[in-house]
Amino acid sequence: MLVKTENLKKHFQIGRGQNLHAVDGLSIEIAENEILGLVGESGSGKSTFGKTLIGLHPATSGKAYYKGEELPQRFTAADHLKYSRELQMIFQDPYSSLNPRMTVLDIVGEGISIQGQHTQSQVKELVAEWLIKVGLNADHMSRYPHEFSGGQRQRIGIARAMIIEPRFVVCDEPISALDVSVQAQVINLLDELKRSMGLTMLFIAHDLSMVRYVSDRMAVMYLGTLVEMGPSDQVFFEPQHPYTKLLIESNPEPDPRLERERGFVPIQGEITSPVNVGAGCRFADRCPSMSEQCQRETPPITQIASDHVVSCHLFS
Amino acid sequence: MTDSILEVTDLSVEFATYGGRVKAVRGVSFDVKAGETLAIVGESGCGKSVTVQSLMGIIPMPPGEITGGVAKLNGKDILGLTSKEANEFRGVKIGMIFQDPMTSLNPTMTIGDQIAETLMVHRGMGKKDAFDRAVELLDKTKISEAAKRAKQYPFEFSGGMLQRAMIAQSLACNPSLLIADEPTTALDVTIQAQILELMSELQRTENMSIILITHDLAVVARMADRVAVMYAGQIVESGTVDEIFYESAHPYTLGLRAAMPSNKTTREKKLTPILGSPPDLFHPPTGCGYFARCPYAMKSCEKMLPPECLLTAESNHQSRCWLQHPDAPEVQELFQPARTQEEAPDAG
Repeated sequence: MLVKTENLKKHFQIGRGQNLHAVDGLSIEIAENEILGLVGESGSGKSTFGKTLIGLHPATSGKAYYKGEELPQRFTAADHLKYSRELQMIFQDPYSSLNPRMTVLDIVGEGISIQGQHTQSQVKELVAEWLIKVGLNADHMSRYPHEFSGGQRQRIGIARAMIIEPRFVVCDEPISALDVSVQAQVINLLDELKRSMGLTMLFIAHDLSMVRYVSDRMAVMYLGTLVEMGPSDQVFFEPQHPYTKLLIESNPEPDPRLERERGFVPIQGEITSPVNVGAGCRFADRCPSMSEQCQRETPPITQIASDHVVSCHLFS
Repeated sequence: MTDSILEVTDLSVEFATYGGRVKAVRGVSFDVKAGETLAIVGESGCGKSVTVQSLMGIIPMPPGEITGGVAKLNGKDILGLTSKEANEFRGVKIGMIFQDPMTSLNPTMTIGDQIAETLMVHRGMGKKDAFDRAVELLDKTKISEAAKRAKQYPFEFSGGMLQRAMIAQSLACNPSLLIADEPTTALDVTIQAQILELMSELQRTENMSIILITHDLAVVARMADRVAVMYAGQIVESGTVDEIFYESAHPYTLGLRAAMPSNKTTREKKLTPILGSPPDLFHPPTGCGYFARCPYAMKSCEKMLPPECLLTAESNHQSRCWLQHPDAPEVQELFQPARTQEEAPDAG
């Protein structure tokens, strides 16, 4: 396993006695060269998990491992320098994640400059090389972010992460701000880079069809906890957890006939607050198959197939 | 067409900017029939929002300017209205909901007061009656404990609840047409499903027509009766939802469909992106707007704008493409392997 977490938690103190349980005990494993898709509604803690995993947030408790080595709970500057060579992130919003006062050369080249193994002219060469690899022009490097479209900015963000030649990349909704025609460009680019560099990825998104298309395995989160995890096609076509079922049923398909035949019962209610959550299943109040046990006890993670786990009392 | 409640003919809208005039909408014609849902699909910047905003008269002028075209709602012109006339019809005959309900509602007024205001202004109702009606409307959009919720402020609502409140407000004066501009783009799929379901249900009970603006083909498949696909300020293809999805004709529509993962595509099959980017609307191309990205582009496409060509005699399926022009040779076979398209010339 390249990356592994054990009961990783990230809570935020948001006032007197108020504890926001953003990530509440997530245990996952990602094998070398694998893409794990992470889906869930907004507020389910997917991005916080990604950031905590690579040290952008200090963890509250639990453990994270990279190549079998335990990652520090709180990264020091030296840790960041050490691990940023291997762990990188691509951010969701191509507008707010690029410093508007820096040129593309500074943005993309900053990482390798800090690592200090290249001269200024080598940095420039590498930046040029990477801009071309991600489908931009080398002479774009003297420009500023505002001169680019959303898709181009996302490519700059990708170049910034990839120029380090990391082993593991967290892609936090890398395409949700982009148009359909451009989404495919970025997905294909990530796929190519994955193949050529032997990357391992955590692919966070809320577009279920895209996550299924991109990832080998899929993990579903709800209110900071893991609900279901298994091979993408299995989770997508044969979802087991009541939440996964409802999530996938809610996902419309670009096929009018299929949509007309769909006996449509949207999931009721909305995701509840992650502040000071108590015992019991997090999904209980929206779940159609809720029993009294669900409100009392937190369901354990149950293995239902060799590589498929579900956290639900129906299976325990 | 007698059963159309809205008829738009050759609408053109431009914006004056420091960089020149942006020709955002370039001759758009469509109609909306009673009780149907027309979806307008396209990428950002294609002019879909500007089209409906100009119908509502909410484009700031200047810099905006409607440079041509006619729009008639139940036979009455709605483009040349004075601001007083526009205020009387806006929100009454046509309701509108927006992508971002958080910024579209007034943060300093309670939800109930905002809806009541609409009724007081347009229906001359008293404050108490209007508020009571507002609570009824919130109840109709399935907001639980509507009486309590009506006294709350927008920040106390979630995104999905705010969208429901916006729908309640837009329904206040029983409009015959609801314009929904990306109503679910900011929402999760589960909440999106709830809002779409609510919209279809209200459409049936209130007998409304809906213009749905979206970039999401899956939402179109779920909601639309008819579809207009927009690109670079023009409608490139229009027809019934089945025609658009199963008999897609315009290369852009085909390109959009090939760029999305269907739930049948396996991972081995690559997505086919549309290469390049949309044209610069400061200097729109004289020919077909899609020329630079089109894998089937011919020499004549660059200079000559194709007319909207009717594809079959029986239906109203139109495509703005020279390949479908009556004088063009039979090219149907060419479209079958659209997913294996090789490379489009880069827009540069």
